[in-house]
Amino acid sequence: MEQRSTHRASVASLSTLETNKVLKNTYMLLAATLGFSALMAGLAMALKVPTGAYLICVIASMVLGMFVLPRTANSGAGLGVIFLVTGLLGFGLGPIVSMYLTFSNGAQLVSTALGGTAVIFLGLAGYAMTSKRDFSFMGGFVAIGMMVMIVGMIANIFLQMPLMAVVISGGIILLMSALILMQIGSIVNGGETNYIMATYSLYLSIFNIFISLLQLLGMFGSDD
Amino acid sequence: MEWMQILALIAGGMMLFAIWPMYKNWRANPVEAQPGDWSTAVFLLGLVLLFVLLLIWSVQ
Repeated sequence: MEQRSTHRASVASLSTLETNKVLKNTYMLLAATLGFSALMAGLAMALKVPTGAYLICVIASMVLGMFVLPRTANSGAGLGVIFLVTGLLGFGLGPIVSMYLTFSNGAQLVSTALGGTAVIFLGLAGYAMTSKRDFSFMGGFVAIGMMVMIVGMIANIFLQMPLMAVVISGGIILLMSALILMQIGSIVNGGETNYIMATYSLYLSIFNIFISLLQLLGMFGSDD
Repeated sequence: MEWMQILALIAGGMMLFAIWPMYKNWRANPVEAQPGDWSTAVFLLGLVLLFVLLLIWSVQ
């Protein structure tokens, strides 16, 4: 009896060790990919890459993220692919940041969006880690919400309604926040064991929050 | 239609395609919320919304 409970305790501690390892690897890879992304954004800004490159980079990174990353995520090649994906997204972000920096208060807008994104991510990740709550019940809400937002985004390509753009940006920030809670909750509860896929999901949430926040701040706070 | 609009349309279509497996997975294995789960989530997302409003107010 005592032997069995000792065995259970050692299995539980092994599982906790495994979870902590996934979490640690995810945070380390996330930090590295964010740093690499910032470097690529800086390179794109220095090269004065046109704004149209953003969409090309987003499409290329989505192709890699959808078709190549899931097939390589369990091998060392996955690390190269995740750096390629995040590097492309960072390179695409460069001209967007450059565009905002041409505004008279552009530096304030960009730094506020960066700081705001960091506070949102750290706050939500900290809560999900300490509470150990499983947020996977929000999967349907996030999936349907994202579909509605993307359909709205496609419609707004033609409608060009500023109010719709505000609602979509706000909605994306909330949905990506929910995704951060789900992803960290999933790692903490042992649902996600692949740190490369976990990093990809968290990186995309951070990227989308930053872009949407920058757009909102640009719309409401720009002097130009 | 400008080429930027065409690219945005392609990107939007691909995003829908990327989210579809997540939707299908949720339909196949829906996870029931425990009592208090939704109120916690709404509270946290409400805090995020308030923080975003604060940021907008700070740059105006």
